[in-house]
Amino acid sequence: MTMKNNELETKSELQDERLFNSTVGRRSFLQYAGASAAGIALVAAGCRKDRNFPAVPSTGATLDFKDDFGVLNYAYALEQLEAAFYVRVASAPPSSFSTAQKAYFQDIQFHEVAHREFFKNALGTAAIGSLEVDFSTIDFTSATSVLGAAMAFEDLGVAAYNGAGVRIKTDAYLVLAGKIVSVEARHAAYIRDIISNGTFADLNSLTSLGASVAGGLDAALTPDKVLAIAGKYVKTKINVINL
Amino acid sequence: MNIVNILEEIEKVDGEIYERLSPRRSAMKDFYSMGKKIALAAAPLALGSMFNKAYGQTLPPAVVNTLNFALSLEYLEYHFYNHALVAAPTLTIPAGAPLAAITTIRDHELAHVNLLKGALGAAARTEITYAMTDFTAGGTFPTVYSDYVTFLKVACGFEDTGVRAYKGQATVLKGLSVLTTALQIHSVEARHASHIRQMLAANGATIKPWITGSATQSNDTGVSAVDAVYAGENLDVQAGITITGINGTAVTRAAAVECFDEPLATADVVTIANLFIKPGFKL
Repeated sequence: MTMKNNELETKSELQDERLFNSTVGRRSFLQYAGASAAGIALVAAGCRKDRNFPAVPSTGATLDFKDDFGVLNYAYALEQLEAAFYVRVASAPPSSFSTAQKAYFQDIQFHEVAHREFFKNALGTAAIGSLEVDFSTIDFTSATSVLGAAMAFEDLGVAAYNGAGVRIKTDAYLVLAGKIVSVEARHAAYIRDIISNGTFADLNSLTSLGASVAGGLDAALTPDKVLAIAGKYVKTKINVINL
Repeated sequence: MNIVNILEEIEKVDGEIYERLSPRRSAMKDFYSMGKKIALAAAPLALGSMFNKAYGQTLPPAVVNTLNFALSLEYLEYHFYNHALVAAPTLTIPAGAPLAAITTIRDHELAHVNLLKGALGAAARTEITYAMTDFTAGGTFPTVYSDYVTFLKVACGFEDTGVRAYKGQATVLKGLSVLTTALQIHSVEARHASHIRQMLAANGATIKPWITGSATQSNDTGVSAVDAVYAGENLDVQAGITITGINGTAVTRAAAVECFDEPLATADVVTIANLFIKPGFKL
């Protein structure tokens, strides 16, 4: 990353704080929500001329659920988060990880990187930008902390794909989401079994994510709920429209 | 600085956001909210009642077929595990974690059977009983109920087939609330598959929780009798995008195979399932 980009990020963080420390007015929201991923720069430019509206950050990602691109960008956002997490774990795993665990976390890292890059390419110019992550709540030297976060990411990923599938209108994208979610579920089961063997599909522990013990059903959450949970790990503002 | 939940901000300034933004989606929303209730209650009756509301007691034939197809597979899986637990005296599943895991999986398969039966109501296929099954697959796995590792190998094939089978049906259910339910079953089967694979690994097999492969290998279990279960699993091109080394990353061919599970067409699943069903009762 260039120095110029870093400077821009710092500036936009300050702007973020200003925006959210002030009241979000109805008018400002409409302008904000109207921004498509491709149109953010234009809206931001327009807002600078509006004296009643605080500066809009130049960063931020809009998930517009009006079509499949919104769902794919939603998946892209989550995969970015997962990939960033595992890249960091794989590069310096907790010292108590076994050799096999280190190898499997390498595997998972590449799976998530592949998912991320796949969505980036599939979305092309419709892709949202790179999200800035916030892993300050995770202690990367602690196996307990890393495994807990990994489980949270995987279970949330499963819930996200399961809950978003019904929104997908294109057969090919629906199948692709299906191809990915079962891999996330395999990860989730593996990580859960490291934490406590036998909890691979402990639906009781997943009811807060929409699982059902009686039905033998896994987690499933709508995007708003998923993003509310994932928000703790993301610095970039994620705007949701047409949900 | 943590992210601000934008939806909360939206609702503060515009309580009618959903109607205003997307009035056309009210029909879909009804479907969806029913799906959420199912997820919470998940009683078979609730699902059945949802169908009655949604379709006026008549399910579209394609949906009936898909749900009955799923029901057939769930019957097979349930009997496979249930027999191992209650009626296979020559099979020793070690006490403790292994026995608990097989019990957990059996219970999930039974829950799936009941859920699908409830959803289908009178349209449900006739029950598949244990007597109609043959888990030796016509003698291919003669020790399935006497040798623990063989039992796990067949279990692995069942779970990986289940994952592929549900994936292959997704488009039939596109846009319907029941798709969510099917996806929720699908990922539970994937969790089962991951665990069974770990059980196999714990018993000496070289196998990962995810299905790996290469340009020339799609069956990573070392059991050639289940080749059909893994046919075509070794893709590394998704939607025209090559995954190996994508965008200059170090993603290997093996990782590219692992990170996407492939669907299986109905006819291929039927062929596999029929191996475990006695003549006269085949799908």
